[in-house]
Amino acid sequence: MLTVFLQFLFSGLTIGSVYALVGLGFNIIYNATSIINLAQGEFVVIGGLLMWFFLDSCQMPFLASIALTLLSAGLVGLIMERLTIRPLKTADMLVMIMVTIAVSIVMRGLLMFKFGKDPYTYPPFTEAEPFMLGGAVVQPQALWVLGITGACIVFLYAFFNLTVVGKAMRACSFDATAASLVGIPVSRMIMFSFILSAIVGAVGGISITPIALMEYDKGAMLAVKGFCAAIMGGLGRGRGAVLGGLVIGILESMTAGYLHSGLKDAVALLIMLTILFFRPAGMFGNAAVQRLKGH
Amino acid sequence: MLEVRDVTKTFGGLRALDNVSFDVPHHSITALIGPNGAGKTTMMNIISGIFPPDSGSVSFHGVTISGTSPSKIAKQGLSRTFQHLELFSDMTVLENVMVGRYIKGSSGFVASGLHLPSVRREERENRRIAIALLEDIGLAGKQGELAKNLPLGEQRILEIGRALATEPVVLLLDEPAAGLNIRETRNLGNMIIGLNSERGITILLVEHDMDLVMRISTEIHVLNFGQKIAAGKPEEIQRNRDVITAYLGEEDS
Amino acid sequence: MTRGHFIALALLAACALLLPLATDDSYILSLMIFSGINAIVAIGLCILMGSAGQVSLGQAGFYGIGAYASAILSQLFGLPVVAAICGAAVLSAAAAVILAVPSLRLKGHYLAVATLGFGEIVYIFLNEFGPGGPSGFGDIPPFSAFGVVITESRHFAWLVWSVLILLIIFSLNMLNARPGRALRALHGSETASSAVGLDVVALKIKVFVLSAIYASIAGSLYAHYVSFISPSSFALFYSVLLLMMVVLGGITTVWGGVVGAVLITLLPEPLKAFEELDVLVYGMILTLSLLFLRRGIVPMITERFSSYRENRSA
Repeated sequence: MLTVFLQFLFSGLTIGSVYALVGLGFNIIYNATSIINLAQGEFVVIGGLLMWFFLDSCQMPFLASIALTLLSAGLVGLIMERLTIRPLKTADMLVMIMVTIAVSIVMRGLLMFKFGKDPYTYPPFTEAEPFMLGGAVVQPQALWVLGITGACIVFLYAFFNLTVVGKAMRACSFDATAASLVGIPVSRMIMFSFILSAIVGAVGGISITPIALMEYDKGAMLAVKGFCAAIMGGLGRGRGAVLGGLVIGILESMTAGYLHSGLKDAVALLIMLTILFFRPAGMFGNAAVQRLKGH
Repeated sequence: MLEVRDVTKTFGGLRALDNVSFDVPHHSITALIGPNGAGKTTMMNIISGIFPPDSGSVSFHGVTISGTSPSKIAKQGLSRTFQHLELFSDMTVLENVMVGRYIKGSSGFVASGLHLPSVRREERENRRIAIALLEDIGLAGKQGELAKNLPLGEQRILEIGRALATEPVVLLLDEPAAGLNIRETRNLGNMIIGLNSERGITILLVEHDMDLVMRISTEIHVLNFGQKIAAGKPEEIQRNRDVITAYLGEEDS
Repeated sequence: MTRGHFIALALLAACALLLPLATDDSYILSLMIFSGINAIVAIGLCILMGSAGQVSLGQAGFYGIGAYASAILSQLFGLPVVAAICGAAVLSAAAAVILAVPSLRLKGHYLAVATLGFGEIVYIFLNEFGPGGPSGFGDIPPFSAFGVVITESRHFAWLVWSVLILLIIFSLNMLNARPGRALRALHGSETASSAVGLDVVALKIKVFVLSAIYASIAGSLYAHYVSFISPSSFALFYSVLLLMMVVLGGITTVWGGVVGAVLITLLPEPLKAFEELDVLVYGMILTLSLLFLRRGIVPMITERFSSYRENRSA
């Protein structure tokens, strides 16, 4: 009984970490631009597939593959921002949403072209036997996922709260005009937010692929669930997205395990709708601030 | 006819309105003035239903309207204009006014889709009324223009025209002269007097332009830092020491 | 209705009448039928997005309810097809109300994602609990009314396009009158709308219901044409495809929905040559339309036309 519960809990935490990273990615871009980037999920897929490409197909060393993947992901974020977001910065929210959707489709198309529809994977980071924790089987890679996610969270927290660049990026979301008046290069901050967000997403993809495999079309659902995670915690609030992602992952895992595996995707959606309808500011969000931002 | 009683409104730590009371008598042109931040627009928003007061009430013909929605208040005969214009920018001048006729019509989605004779009749009638209104306010020649393409003075007049289309008993004007030059302001003043005397519309006016206020108002209430500091006829207000101090600051004696 | 609209309608009706007479090719007729069906959903979306300024990424949900409900009511419960289609529309309308009421306070991206969530939940529900599950089910009765059964593609093409043309007329009438102005006012300024007495909440619910009914009717027609349906036709991809149709054609006018629907429905044809690039091309078309065809094809053409006429008369 307990072992089964723990099993579901661990797998939920593991996949939940990826959702948390996607949610953080949403927050990064939202904080700098007030845009919801529905292509966020694709960065995760890019991370996983490119890692396979460099590691397995090109036979490059492990660390070099990671570096190249993250670099490429950052580049994709940069290109996306320069080509599609920047030219439309005066357009209304509806157009921006549709643009991010359009870009996600383009990315998916490119990935499908290059990698086809097959699932890809590569060996876990450390060759070790799964071990028992409270009776549940835990794969070492799961610990890597949790650890890397934790490291990302700490890094991002430090970045946004302790560095000048990070604080400058946050300033842009509250008032871009005021930010530029005090000398913050707003458009560069926006570009940077896309690059950072892409890298964060790719990190998630790199670490989860050995466990869950990666296919070209996983981006859409990841984006939706990551968005759920972000709004659960209150859009723009880092620790909220993390908690949100973990909660979604665990509930999903429990639903698949105890109820009906086909319904697991519905769990995240229902949670999201419930939050949107009853408490759009999220668990930690500040309703007044949300209203100020025009939502 | 419009009674404001002990209205208080606080935003966070700021007390925008502090137990303010006044009456807007039938057929009057009542002005609400005061320095910036006095609470005038907050009062307008409470009267027109955008948010409720924290305490106190506003009643119209004896019926409490504070706390009800703007659309319900509009249906009872109170219409308003906005300090920061809220026109339907991408609709034509005529269409803006015709939206003002909404509460006077009844054609629903299905009836309109089927182009029933009753709908056609109502459309013709409302169009006729709207064009007549535009002629009264001097915008008939521009009925096909998009609202966003009009100069500011005409946009302000259009917004008044749209409010008039609802056939209001009371018209709330929130800084209608903002951004207008002397000639436009004078025309605006004449128009307001005309609405009051010829159409019998009661006016509650929030304004900064003192010439306009003194020229057309029948009575004035003065707010400062959320409190009412004076009330009376224009001549009395002009001589009132508290009012002068509020606007100009303390005299060095 | 203006003269321009009338001419366009006449042209559309003429084409719709003549094409099934000119060809027997069932493939071409099926393209015509699917274009018409998609156009019905698209014009509902144009009214919702272009006129009322709302957004929905979940129209596939109502399309799916329309298809499944009509199929189940007519096949499993033996209802006459027209009654089944009406029943499905009522169900979709109810779902629209349930979705709209809590969604009303949401704006912009929140509303978009809420509707997206709705569409996905419908899909998951159909996948898990629909008859046949992911494999779908068949033997859906063909369309019949007043004793006439429509089995030939040619007749069905006329049926679909008649329904489409009637709905276009209905929509244009509505948009030109009091409710249409109210919707556009809603889009322009909600504050001003309530200040002149519009019930903003009720209007938003009504326009959601309207777009849901259009999508439902289209879905029902789809079911009775293909006679076999599965959840995969009603997934997120369809909602995105619809978005492409209205963005490409232009959301500000129902004609944009028609043009966009026809173009996007015919698109897979030239795309067949590209094989694995089709998803990419879809994405590129959407992206490029948003970047360069700001307001869509139809508004661009009508603007060119009117400035041409102005220059002529000058």
